Parts: sequence; C-alpha cells; structure tokens
Amino acid sequence: MLGTDDSQVRSVLARMLEEDRSSLARDWAGQEPHDGDRNGQDLRREAVELLDALRTALGGTLPVSRIVDQDPAVRDALTSLSERRARAGAQPSATAMAILALKRTMLSAIERHTDDSALRYRAALLVNELLDSAGVLTFEVYSAGRERIIREQHDQMLELSTPVVRLWRHVLAVPLIGTLDSARTQVVMNSLLEAIQANEARVAIIDITGVPTVDTAVAHHLLQTVSAVRLMGAECVISGIRPSIAQTITQLGIDLSHIVTRGSLADALATAMQLLGDSARPGAVTG
Amino acid sequence: MLPDERTVASGEHPVRVEEDLLAARHAVRAAAVAAGFTIVDQTKIVTAASELVRNAYIHGGGGTMTVETVRDPAGRLGLRLRVRDEGPGIADVAQAMTDGFSTGAGLGHGLGGTRRLVDEFDLDTAPGRGTTVTVVRWKP
Amino acid sequence: MNAGLPILRLGDILLSGLLSDLDDKTALAFTDELTTRIANEGIRGVIIDISRLEIIDSFVARVLMELAGTGRLLGTRMIVAGMRPAVALTLTELGLQLTGVRTALNAEQAMELLGWRRPAEEAPHAS
Repeated sequence: MLGTDDSQVRSVLARMLEEDRSSLARDWAGQEPHDGDRNGQDLRREAVELLDALRTALGGTLPVSRIVDQDPAVRDALTSLSERRARAGAQPSATAMAILALKRTMLSAIERHTDDSALRYRAALLVNELLDSAGVLTFEVYSAGRERIIREQHDQMLELSTPVVRLWRHVLAVPLIGTLDSARTQVVMNSLLEAIQANEARVAIIDITGVPTVDTAVAHHLLQTVSAVRLMGAECVISGIRPSIAQTITQLGIDLSHIVTRGSLADALATAMQLLGDSARPGAVTG
Repeated sequence: MLPDERTVASGEHPVRVEEDLLAARHAVRAAAVAAGFTIVDQTKIVTAASELVRNAYIHGGGGTMTVETVRDPAGRLGLRLRVRDEGPGIADVAQAMTDGFSTGAGLGHGLGGTRRLVDEFDLDTAPGRGTTVTVVRWKP
Repeated sequence: MNAGLPILRLGDILLSGLLSDLDDKTALAFTDELTTRIANEGIRGVIIDISRLEIIDSFVARVLMELAGTGRLLGTRMIVAGMRPAVALTLTELGLQLTGVRTALNAEQAMELLGWRRPAEEAPHAS
C-alpha cells in the first residue's frame, strides 16, 4: 500500500486548510440542505471547528490512521456534528452525507492547490483514509445518540405509565401494568418513595393485576420495592395476586410470607385501613 | 483506561486519616453534581465511594482515591473512581465479594453490594500486592 | 459529655438526629451518650431523625443496627425516622436490610408509633 502518511502531503493539506479556511467552510456548509440562516450559521461553525481541528492534527505527529480516534479536538468536532444531527432527528445517512460532502470539498481544493498529479494522488489517498474513519465515528456517535434519546423517551413513558394514586389519607396505590423489569422497577420505586414522602403515606398498595407473569426476577423486583418502602417507614400490601400467580409463586419456592398479600384491591384497601388503625401499637420490625 | 475513553477532569485524594473519608465523599459528590447525575445516582456513587475508601482505610492501611470524569465514544459522561491501597491484599476474593452485611456490617469488605451500585467494577488484588478497586457509573 | 449532636428529652422519649457527614468519632460518642442516658433516665423510646443524612453506608447502618440492639436489651424501642428516598433506594440496592431497626416516615409518625398522641384539636373559632 502506498504510504499515505507522508509529511509532505500532510503539510500541503495543512497549509490548504489554513489558507482556504473560510472558502472551504462555506463550500462544505453550502452543500448541505439547510433551512433558515440560523441553521446555516450552525453548519458554518461546525465546518470551521472541524477544519481547524484537522489542520492542527495534520501538523502534529499522530499517524493519519489514529487522528480520528485519538485527537481530542477532532473527536469533539465530529461528535458534536453527529449529536446535533441526532438531536434534530435527521436520517442516519445525514452524518455520512456530511462527511462525503467534506471529502468532495477537500479534494477539489487540493486540485486548486497543486498541479503535481503524484502529489494530488497521494493527497487524495490521505484525505480518503482520514475521512473514512471520520465517517465511521460519526455514524457510531449518531447511533448511540439516537439510542440514548429513545431510551430517555422510553423512561419518560415508563414514568407516565406508572401513576401513584392516593386511595385514602395515608394510603397510596400503584397499579403495575406489564412486565416488571429492572428499568421499570427503578422508575416505580422512585415515584412511589417520593409519593410516600410527599403524602406522608403509611401504606403503599402495589397492585399486580396487570402483571402477566411472576417469575423469580419479577418476585425479586417486588421484594426490592417492598424493602425500600419499609425503609421509609411505610407498610406494603401486594394486591392482585390471581390464583394462577399464587400457584406459580409457591411452585417456584419464592417466599413471600413476610409480605402482606391480598387477591383484590378492595381487600388490600380494607387491610390498609386496618394497618392504619393499628399504627399506634408497636408494628412489625423491619427486615 | 480503554482507548476510546477520554478523561474530562480528575483529582487525587489521600485516604490516610479518618478525616480523609469525609473529604473523599465530598469530592465524589462534587464530581457527581458537576457531571449532572440525578440525586439517586449521586447517592449511589457516593455511597460506593464511601464503602471503598473505608475498606482501604480499615483493611488496607490507607491508600489513595482517584476521581475522574470520563466520556465514552458515544459522548456519555461517567464517573470513574479508583481506590488503591498498599495493604495485605485480599486473600479470599469470593468471600470479599459476598455481601456480608447481615452479620457484622461494616466489618467485612461487602464488595458485592458495592458492585450493584455501579455499572463497571474491577477488583485487582493479591496477597501481599495491595488492592485496587476501579468502578465506573455512567450517566444514562 | 457532649457528643456534639443535640439529644432532646420528651417525657420518657429521647429525640435526636444524625447530621450530614457523620464521622466515625462522632458516631461512637453519640452511641455512648445515648446508651448511658437510656440506662440512667428510664427511657422507653428513642427516635433518631435521619432526614439530614444524604448517605447511609455500611458503617452508619451498623451503628444504627447496634444502637437498636443495645436499646432493645435495655428495654427501649428505637425508631429511625425520615429516611430520604434516594437513601432508601441505595440501601436496598446495597442489600442492607437494617434488620432489627424500626423505621418511620418522620419524627411525628415515630412519636405516634411510640404511643404519643396529638393533643385534641381546639374548638374552631367563630368565623
């Protein structure tokens, strides 16, 4: 493979990036569809940031193959480029298109800078190598960014779908719907504990009518929730245990003997009232 | 440190005298707040730090804690704590990793519980070689 | 001997609190003072308000569990009140059960648990 890391090419490119800084930025930003001046400004600023970072990196000692991964300024510029597009909900191809556009821009600029065809060729190889790895990075960052946004929206939905209801003075209820995985458990525990504090609740009813199956994992999460509620001084009642669920729990050997359970929400509420009436007497010790 | 991670900020704190335990918790809290962790996540990472430095102080004869704010390739911020001591090392790692809280809480290593408070956990120890625990909690 | 943490007395109940950033020396002095007063003053209930505690690690958990155990042996009920949600979540994840420690949402509920009744409401004033 032809050496693409030669210092002559690097210095020619660095000089090009310096002398043609603004026209390169304008040319690159101009290739991208943008609406309104604000977006145009963002694009130009992005362009300048990346071009400056590349220029400095080319003048440095990092081999071309490692510039994108290890030069902090280049990584930062590429990361914010991707994240901005991810936040704006652009198509996945948007980041790749942006990098391709930059390639085009730089390659035509090289032609303006030198007539030496051998030099042009080596420069083109270097730009190719450099920007290919840039494309890979921007795509990875974009994907991770989108995943994070989807996860955040998912968490927000989880929170909305686990409402804590005030059934009575000092009695709260949480109807759980769907599977109880660890993500949802965290959300439920969070909301429930905050609600207990805010409402000075003494009993929390967790209704699992809407939970399709109870296996050891779900039981573990339920037990964790009960544990946390007790640490805050409230008692827990689990309601909505259907006969089939009761059988499964027994068969699995899960021990819920230290937890108050009831078949229906109505029974759970009656039990809660009893617990409230009993609260002046010494209650069960936690743990 | 993985090649893809970058350190954004870091600080080193001694764990030699009892006052250092408090200072260490403060430092981790400050870093967690600066990184924008939620209150719950702050509590978890500061509690993990408290466990680790206490271990180093009580069992390791003292040591050092490093707090670093790091960034992964996706741009996610995280807090990395490294607690190192030059003590006798842990002879029975399996035992140290059990919770050991129901009896004699605060006496044993109880690293199993600490591990659940963080996203990444690494224990490097051997008899006579000291102990280094490295943990990372990422901001979701 | 002052442990630096105020301990109030209401009838035969002691009411105290743990502040943030409890250090080992203070914790031990506090335990000693509480135990002495329980034994000497015929105390039947102790409320420890932890609403200022941002962190409960295994050390603090042990202090609380030992206090509860000692109190029980001396015939006193101890209640820990006001745990913050974030702390409760963390303790649960740590796997610490605080076995043998009774908890209450706040000091007022703790008082009710100990049988302390609110004084009857005054008759409403004419509007």
